[in-house]
Amino acid sequence: RDFNERCAQCSEVNWGLTDGGGFYCRSCHNVTERTREVVNTDFITNSRVQTISKGSKKQEKNDGGCEWYICEGFQLVLKKQVEALEALGVCPQMKDEILCNFWRCYLQKSKQAYCKRPAAETVKALSVCESSTDVDSDPERPSLLHLLSLSESEGDLQTDCSFASSVSKVSESTSVYSGSVDGSLYIMKNQKEKLRMTMPMTLSFCYMALLWMREPITLSEFLRFVVEGHIPYLNVFQHFPEKMKLCGLDLKIFCVESWPVYEEVFNKMHELAAFLDLPRFPDITESCFLHPDMLCMKYLMEANLPDELHNWTCRVVKKIGIGEVDFLTLTPGNKSTRKVKYDVLAAAVIVVVLKLLFLLDDHYEWLLSEFAEERNKNNTEGGPYFEFKKWYEVVKHSLDVEQKKLDEERAKYLWRCEKPLFYSVKKKSKVLKRRQMVVNLQNQFGKLSGSVQRAEKPNPSSFQLSWSEENTDGSCFHGHSLKGVLQEKRGLLTAMNPDYWLCTVKLCNEKLCGHLAHYKDVEFPQSYHFVLGLFSFLLRIQPSYIHDEVCMIEHKLFNKKLHKKLKYNTVLRK
Amino acid sequence: SSNEHKLNFKKSKEACLSYIQDALLQKQWKRAAEFLTCYVESLEKDYSREHIGPSEIIWRIGTEILWHHSQSNMKEFNCFMEQMKTLGVKRYLRVCLEHVFHLLCNGQIDEAYQNLSLAESWRFGEQTAIQDKEMKLIQAYRGLLDYYSWSKQKNILLENGEDGFSDLAVEQEMHGYFRKAAVNLKEIIKIPGVWDVFVKCYVDLLEFYGDHNEARQVLNEYAYNSKFPANPNAHVYLYQFLKRQGESKKSLISALKILHDIVPSHELMIDFNTMLQKSKKRKKRRLGLEVIFTALDYAGWKENAKAWSCLARQVKQIVISEKHLDWIKQEWNSRKDWWPAFHFSRYLAKRNWQENKSLSYEKALVAGILLGKDCKYFKYVSHQGCKAQLKRFRMLKKFVNRHNLVYLRISG
Repeated sequence: RDFNERCAQCSEVNWGLTDGGGFYCRSCHNVTERTREVVNTDFITNSRVQTISKGSKKQEKNDGGCEWYICEGFQLVLKKQVEALEALGVCPQMKDEILCNFWRCYLQKSKQAYCKRPAAETVKALSVCESSTDVDSDPERPSLLHLLSLSESEGDLQTDCSFASSVSKVSESTSVYSGSVDGSLYIMKNQKEKLRMTMPMTLSFCYMALLWMREPITLSEFLRFVVEGHIPYLNVFQHFPEKMKLCGLDLKIFCVESWPVYEEVFNKMHELAAFLDLPRFPDITESCFLHPDMLCMKYLMEANLPDELHNWTCRVVKKIGIGEVDFLTLTPGNKSTRKVKYDVLAAAVIVVVLKLLFLLDDHYEWLLSEFAEERNKNNTEGGPYFEFKKWYEVVKHSLDVEQKKLDEERAKYLWRCEKPLFYSVKKKSKVLKRRQMVVNLQNQFGKLSGSVQRAEKPNPSSFQLSWSEENTDGSCFHGHSLKGVLQEKRGLLTAMNPDYWLCTVKLCNEKLCGHLAHYKDVEFPQSYHFVLGLFSFLLRIQPSYIHDEVCMIEHKLFNKKLHKKLKYNTVLRK
Repeated sequence: SSNEHKLNFKKSKEACLSYIQDALLQKQWKRAAEFLTCYVESLEKDYSREHIGPSEIIWRIGTEILWHHSQSNMKEFNCFMEQMKTLGVKRYLRVCLEHVFHLLCNGQIDEAYQNLSLAESWRFGEQTAIQDKEMKLIQAYRGLLDYYSWSKQKNILLENGEDGFSDLAVEQEMHGYFRKAAVNLKEIIKIPGVWDVFVKCYVDLLEFYGDHNEARQVLNEYAYNSKFPANPNAHVYLYQFLKRQGESKKSLISALKILHDIVPSHELMIDFNTMLQKSKKRKKRRLGLEVIFTALDYAGWKENAKAWSCLARQVKQIVISEKHLDWIKQEWNSRKDWWPAFHFSRYLAKRNWQENKSLSYEKALVAGILLGKDCKYFKYVSHQGCKAQLKRFRMLKKFVNRHNLVYLRISG
């Protein structure tokens, strides 16, 4: 712990002790000549030092590259990501204590480090990129094409004809191309056995750490920051040190050509937590950002809805018990509890509250709006009553503008970076030539684009839509009153709306068909679609996921009534 | 769709492309350039499975933008084209050719010629054989430019010749161009295709040097070889050539037959009808009537006084001879339902009378015969004509009155 020098090889500060008393770098297994000068007994008893086999001495190769393992690459990726998170304001502890330990635990459990390396699995694949003949003529060595087909990474890398054509000339016994030592092994591994590391999984790691630290950032927000470029993901390999050469199969592992989806990252994270045998995560209590009460407040603001609705969201949360610590806190490996998507849950609560107060059947909400409008016209003292119609118009307009901007941004997204990639040295010159041509064309047409320059990426913001009360045009609804839709009954404020329609009478079995309900198959009122669409945009997820949560909440809320025999008519009296 | 939010490289580029296409359609060149800048990185992906790959798309779109954008110039354009030539070897000659077209449109004939020569000398293994057709086209266009030079020299010579000078150098140069042009033009027209401009130039050359046999053969091949696509112009060229050669009416008529079949509304139908009318053969005269009636089915001929006079003359001749009224009956049968409204309305009568008295005269004659003296058109025009005391209209009135019952026999 006292040794803080950077490793000569990989610049990491990640030291462990060999049994000889010397220091070795955990990242690249570089052994130094330095020995510990001061005996620190705490250090020895606390750390889980394992002996490492002395066999793998690093050797410099002809092209200036070094031997490196895939997991070292991923470690670098994680490091970069967590540093970016730190820059965004996340607590620095996350890097050194939480994520680091998660990662080490993963390496150990997946037998990639910190354990006796299983001898049988020694990596025979050579890390040579040149087309030298193979050292061992192993007839069982799979061909490159076979390896490609095994990998399930999406994108066009698999069908890259330039790769295939170069391989077709390669005979069965030629070495497998990868810059890393174990690139081919990585792709070949049976993923059912151990959780094989992938780029999307780095995000799962990060999110897991964020959740453990209970940082005020939701998964949807985190993924949005990734897409907006605040968290390195897309071309993060360009930050690998020069000596770590990437080619061949490494590209399949580290080059991504698509943005990971919420579900994917979420599910992987849970798998990971169970795999690592993590204990129950720190409690999510009422004062936590991730608690539905807090998130509802945030989303209400962002959706430009009246603050008064917060009382209602809290009531719903309380009634169905989704604010309970045990419900919200993650216990890995516990298969009986439903995994909580904090952001989707909060959004769904708001949707349910809107349905409770406004019904959202394409009639009632407009009716209520008309009454409110009348009242607002005649009575200017006291605050304005909330008018659904006005709110719809204002929000829809902004939403359309933002959606259009987003669509254009997506179309203009630049995927490549300056660091060129090539599958093999043979292809290098062609790749470089192409890169040069692309740059030339970008310059030529960039000049003709007029004054539109690619702006610096804006600072990450937590709010995508913002509404100011200072605007005199009345486009901010935070302070509006719900009096128009509420009535007093026996000293309690209840909704004037007596009805409620269920999204679905029966919940599906999630394990069988992946969803609790099927959003696409049924025709819902336009207002419902709109509200789902709004949160779908804010969270950058499919509306069907929000719909699932809404169904879940409704079934909890109306549990008793559902158990009574219902007629086919799904409209309930509250 | 469930993959809406799953954004990947391919989808992102597809979306980018549709934005480019929208911008192009609306002629928003700046916006198109903006999105194209983002699209070009597709070149780094190999799309060889797709029908049209990114390199071709970028070539075509980039060409459009650079051609139309206000801030672009030929230098930028040429620079871009050179890059596109290096992009895809399979497309090399086509890019060269299109570049040449653009240069020609811009009036840069010399640069175009240089590019063609350069392209002609290109060799690339088996690609040379594969792109044989494109190569022939390149050679043909170079031949065309040679013809153009030949033509210029010829004009110089002719001018000087009038003054009594004869410039040997110019003449030799001219012959040189001829040889170069002839070789290439001859090659391309062997391949089935539409080569109007090449054929015309080649024939012009042959005629100038007196090789009429070759010219005739070329034109015959072009018009009658079934491997070549049906081309009205081929027949027009042949006809014009035969006329220049002073061929017999018989061969002239046979040259126009197929033209009538393909393009019944062609302007040469007047010549055709004129020749046919005068023929001694009954079949030919019959055909002539069909030709002129068919031509007048087309809206573009409605106000063609010459055509109407042809029809009027033939109809008159038939009526007077009292032979072959059935010909008119046959032709009128399919037209009697719509020609009256199409040609002989009262409105048209007024307009024709105002704008073109000769036209109205001819039409009135035809109307009077086909529809009788009480038809709107004839009544109005003849009345107006007699009022204006124009002799021929009085004659017309008498004629139609005399033959008034013909229309009954015609309409059956």
